[in-house]
Amino acid sequence: MAEENINHSITAVEDSKYSTLNLGPTHPATHGIFQNILTMDGEVIIHSEPTIGYIHRAFEKLAERRPFYQITPLTDRMNYCSSPINNIGWHMTVEKLIGAEIPKRVQYLRVIVMELARISDHLICNTVISVDTGALTGFVYLFQFRELIYEIYEEICGARLTTNIGRIGGFERDFSDTAWAKLDKFLKEYPVALKEFENLVKRNRIFMDRTIGAGPISAERALNYSFSGPNLRAAGVDYDVRVMNPYSSYEDFDFIIPVGLNGDTYDRFMVRQEEMWESMKIIRQALDKLPDGPFFSPNVPDFYLPPKEDVYNNMEALIYHFKIVMGENDVPKGEVYHCVEGGNGELGFYLISDGGRTPFRLHFRRPCFIYYQAYAEMIKGTNISDAILTMSSMNVIAGELDA
Amino acid sequence: MDNTTQEKLVNIVREKFENDILSVESPYNFLTINFKRDNIIPLIQYLYDHPVAKFQYLTSLCAIHFPEVKQIAMMYQLHSLVNNWRIRIKIYLPEDNAVTPTLTKIFSAANWMERETYDFYGVNFQGHPDLRRILNVEDMIIFPMRKEYPLEDQTREDKQDFMFGR
Amino acid sequence: MQETDIKSTGIQLVEKPDGYEGAGFFATSLDKVVGMARKNSIWPLPFATSCCGIEFMATMGAHYDLARFGSERLSFSPRQADLLMVMGTIAKKMGPVLRRVYEQMAEPRWVLSVGACACSGGIFDTYSVLQGIDRIIPVDVYVPGCPPRPEQIINGIMKIQQLVETESRGRRESPEYKAMLNKYGIE
Repeated sequence: MAEENINHSITAVEDSKYSTLNLGPTHPATHGIFQNILTMDGEVIIHSEPTIGYIHRAFEKLAERRPFYQITPLTDRMNYCSSPINNIGWHMTVEKLIGAEIPKRVQYLRVIVMELARISDHLICNTVISVDTGALTGFVYLFQFRELIYEIYEEICGARLTTNIGRIGGFERDFSDTAWAKLDKFLKEYPVALKEFENLVKRNRIFMDRTIGAGPISAERALNYSFSGPNLRAAGVDYDVRVMNPYSSYEDFDFIIPVGLNGDTYDRFMVRQEEMWESMKIIRQALDKLPDGPFFSPNVPDFYLPPKEDVYNNMEALIYHFKIVMGENDVPKGEVYHCVEGGNGELGFYLISDGGRTPFRLHFRRPCFIYYQAYAEMIKGTNISDAILTMSSMNVIAGELDA
Repeated sequence: MDNTTQEKLVNIVREKFENDILSVESPYNFLTINFKRDNIIPLIQYLYDHPVAKFQYLTSLCAIHFPEVKQIAMMYQLHSLVNNWRIRIKIYLPEDNAVTPTLTKIFSAANWMERETYDFYGVNFQGHPDLRRILNVEDMIIFPMRKEYPLEDQTREDKQDFMFGR
Repeated sequence: MQETDIKSTGIQLVEKPDGYEGAGFFATSLDKVVGMARKNSIWPLPFATSCCGIEFMATMGAHYDLARFGSERLSFSPRQADLLMVMGTIAKKMGPVLRRVYEQMAEPRWVLSVGACACSGGIFDTYSVLQGIDRIIPVDVYVPGCPPRPEQIINGIMKIQQLVETESRGRRESPEYKAMLNKYGIE
């Protein structure tokens, strides 16, 4: 199986002082299924051989058989910790292809949902880093707030984790009053809990000793490995897709990009922590400035289902409904690339359409897949406990790794 | 990217590679250059080292299979972080001889991306340090993303095709 | 477990099995006591591969709390686990790994298949996904959903508890059980 791979690029395995350790694919430390075969000299890692593909579900081939609205549940399952970002990124790609104009209210609502998703993704990553260093308290207390976020998603779209949120052209319904109330409750209670968690670990001697210097990467190597997202910002490069190529009205909001110094585990932890604070700032600004208007774009009748009252009473709406669900609408031909700032970095969708109801080619630019290659280089020469921490601080999500 | 920047970039490429450009287009305002397959690595190296262009970030690379014309296209997408310019370069390889030199010497990120392309389409990258399958099982003999292969596993017994409209 | 204690605190940790009670003694059958002890001390092995794994993390969290069913201690080593919870898509590459983990578990062992992908392949009817883990290992309880809510996962655990409680002690040595394992090619 994967043990045969070990002979490909290892220097001195026959030397009896080196031992081989198989880390994964099922291992409590790897949060996801991927395997690393480590060649070690005592506790120090000499070489590591990663194997991925244990959850390869053939998304790109599957996408060639599904009409555009059926690809949204597929994108959910890539980075399943922050699935609204994937959904909305895909919807924006299709809207770019068809040239749809999206109302301001929809854009602000999308920003609120995406920032909530970013908070929930970073929450998991940071609490898991603290669990791996032994501090389980943060995990247990902060996961309660993930339940609050799940309740907000349920009010908006009905699902907890794999949300399939929104539609091509907007949202299926406006946010209910319960959703706004839950969002206010979250914004009131979460900062308190996050501050408590931060006070536990941020200046904690043990945590800092464990994480400072664990798995560093320099900015040049990170750029050469096409890092993006919090891992790249921890290395010192302030590349954020929301600022460089703004989408969905992000240019209207005022937020900073936290940047680290050394690219080690402590920097990655702190960058994600600060990004959670910035996300809450963005959500508050969006709530204050939320414009009125429709919650969907009225000029995409070929993609946005008409309301049910019209479908039952109006012939034209019935025909549109039929054509959308049976997938008989034509799509303009063309190739488009759209990227959003996902929880892990630049999540890109490269779509080539040949006019049919399904894409001709859909390629997902998955940030996890691209930056996980650097893991072997990052842990060379470190101890195995630092290697475990590095892996959990890189926030590798198996669904995005393999697709 | 506005039209003047696109013009500037096309001229930068034309300075050295005038004869290799097949066509230049700009779908959805994204500069795309269709290029001849021979000089692709010198082009990317030139764009990497160019003092103005500085395309030192590889966003993505993938392959596209066009079965009617029996070609597999390679798409490289580069990003210049300093200037915030993006460019897409496409080369076209024949289906039965999809060979192209590797990009790993310039960008380390291309390592796994090229392995993925090999795994899905069978494109051979000359000079790649470790070209083997990455996502599929090691002993697979077909290249599944090519259009002639089906999506479903044909040996499964529990799903009846007529119930799924196939 | 006297009546007066239950009345005063109102907390009943486990349900008392039927039996004959008197002053200072309680008589019941051994099977019932063993079943009660077993069902409230299952050590699960969370074989979490994808999205269902995150719902499992929510189930283990304080809100839905799987620990009150006795599954406080998760075992990541198959040798020490009773219940194999397969949560998430199993690709064909992962199949041999799952099989090896199952074979390492000691009898009595139960398998809970959580999520549509583990039950039948789910929405991924592709060349690389195993269409249900019951192609390679025997499954006791299936929990459908994509992903199932934590309440559904807990319902699945409770059904496993029912199976554990009512299992006859000679089942694992019986010829029918061995024939079923042989069908999967497991010794």
